[in-house]
Amino acid sequence: MSYFRAENLSLHFGGLKAVDSVSFAVEKGEILSIIGPNGAGKSSIFNLISRIYPPTSGKIYFEDQDITEQPAYDIAGLGIARTFQNIELFENATMLSNLLVGRHRHSTTRLWQELLFLPSVRAGEKMHRRRVEQVIEFLDLEVYRDKLISGLPYGVRKVIELARALCSEPKLILLDEPSSGLNVEETEDMSFWIRDMRTELGITVLMVEHDMTLVNRVSDRVIALNYGRVLAMGSPSEVQRHPDVVAAYLGA
Amino acid sequence: MRFLFKTDYEDDIKLFPHSGYVVSYGILLAFLLIAPFVLSSYLVSQLVFVCIYATVGVGLMILTGFTGQASLGHAAFLAIGAYTAAYLQQYNVPFPVYFLAAGLLTGAVGALVGFPALRLTGIYLVIATISFAFIVEEILARWETVTNGNEGMRVKTLSLFGQAVPRDGPTFYYLCLAVLVLTIVGTLNLLRSPTGRAFVAIRDSETAARSMGVNVSLYKVKSFAISAAITGLAGVLFAHKLSFISPEMFTLQLSIEFIIVILIGGTFSLHGAVLGAIFLVMIDPFLTYLKDDLPGIVAGIAATFGADSITAGKIHGNVAAIASANGLKGAIYGVIIVLFVLFEPLGLYGRWLKIKLFFQLFPLYKRATFKRQKIYVKSERNR
Repeated sequence: MSYFRAENLSLHFGGLKAVDSVSFAVEKGEILSIIGPNGAGKSSIFNLISRIYPPTSGKIYFEDQDITEQPAYDIAGLGIARTFQNIELFENATMLSNLLVGRHRHSTTRLWQELLFLPSVRAGEKMHRRRVEQVIEFLDLEVYRDKLISGLPYGVRKVIELARALCSEPKLILLDEPSSGLNVEETEDMSFWIRDMRTELGITVLMVEHDMTLVNRVSDRVIALNYGRVLAMGSPSEVQRHPDVVAAYLGA
Repeated sequence: MRFLFKTDYEDDIKLFPHSGYVVSYGILLAFLLIAPFVLSSYLVSQLVFVCIYATVGVGLMILTGFTGQASLGHAAFLAIGAYTAAYLQQYNVPFPVYFLAAGLLTGAVGALVGFPALRLTGIYLVIATISFAFIVEEILARWETVTNGNEGMRVKTLSLFGQAVPRDGPTFYYLCLAVLVLTIVGTLNLLRSPTGRAFVAIRDSETAARSMGVNVSLYKVKSFAISAAITGLAGVLFAHKLSFISPEMFTLQLSIEFIIVILIGGTFSLHGAVLGAIFLVMIDPFLTYLKDDLPGIVAGIAATFGADSITAGKIHGNVAAIASANGLKGAIYGVIIVLFVLFEPLGLYGRWLKIKLFFQLFPLYKRATFKRQKIYVKSERNR
């Protein structure tokens, strides 16, 4: 059985088939990229997995468990974290508190304990803080700890969003266009981090990406989508040479 | 300027980041403790109102400032707290019991209001909370067996551990101060724990909060319940302070006053709730003063500029008519809100931060530091 599986996943908005019976599987420890022209349904698949939209039909399995009907907040609890294409950070909070929200699924304290800030809460906070610090070190974010997000540049926000997802200690991470808005050097850093995430932290990566250099450098396998359907699946070079993919990008 | 060198994770958690805070808050607390002995009884009475309004402000701040859910129904929560106290007092229930009972009951009602509010945002939520406040007001007027209807209820003098605590005495002032301080400390504790961070996460991006594992609905209900419970506790003190309560005291105008408290104080910090409460309590005697003395002042000015006695008398009459017009207070409140939103969106506390930074950075302060900046367009925001 595969680690993560989508079976005949569909999302229809009226007559528009944003995702049209897509099936794929992700193996444990794999880096799988989804590519495709604008509007191909890449982000929609992510939004289906993280339950922002309920699927019209189809099933999603993670670690052999059907997660299609799980409420959205449970998805993170299962160990699936994600980033967003347009950055959804908590703007009016510091980077530290943003990252600490990433630790939310690990918090065990109760409301009345928190009101009194009992020693257990204090110990928990320190433990979360230590974990957050590891992620800060991993992604070189030390200088931004107490900075408000609203004052930070785009490239940094992108990395912070990745950091927040890592803080939840996910098993599977969904990266929605990790390199969009980044310059060449930042994209290079990103590719190192994505590979390190797999090798050092043992996280399986599913990503949507337009930058083919990044895709080629990090992915084990690639899925090409167009009009909500799978065009091709395979190694990066195989998919790039596939006639349907060439046609989708360049026209027939 | 002070630079903090953090050497321990404890430094990020503690309430007072450095010794300067301990000193300044210590001085403030010392002043507040000796206040009943040095200030006139009128000013102490005003301080009691500041404490009560600030407690409500903190409650509303949790909901509106930190969770991002607007409410124009907090007068109703205050009313529920006040009436619970007045009702239970008739049966000789001791103060600590009905104080807590009022908090719990109001918190439960707050949670109930929170449930329909889950599907509402922005202006729709405001309308829903207003309707809730009207419903409560109507129930208070109609449920005569319990609330005594429009005739209102007397609230007996508070008695704590067998001692009478008159509403003008220093003990009552200390009680209100203690409730305020404990509320603030509890809220600060909450804000530095997972729950508080979840609230802020919901305020800034519900989608992201959800994808980080925050049960958005549950935390919204929690926020409503906590906010309402704090307001209910303040309601008990409010009832004792006024010693008489009736439905027409808990109208929409009171809810708007609470909004003024947090808006003018600054909607992003607890300092704002206290500053806003001071502002609101101060503006009332100021308006009364204007109402009484403004006609005379204006007529005097007119006379010095050569108006004869008949014209001066007319001016006096006209100004007096305007100053005592119905609903003038509401109009002035409205103008104040609009001016603050336009010119000082961070409120009084924001102004204080600006002044502080000016002196810290002197002569390098830049006005643009606090300027509202345009954030890049979020084209595909998931809601």
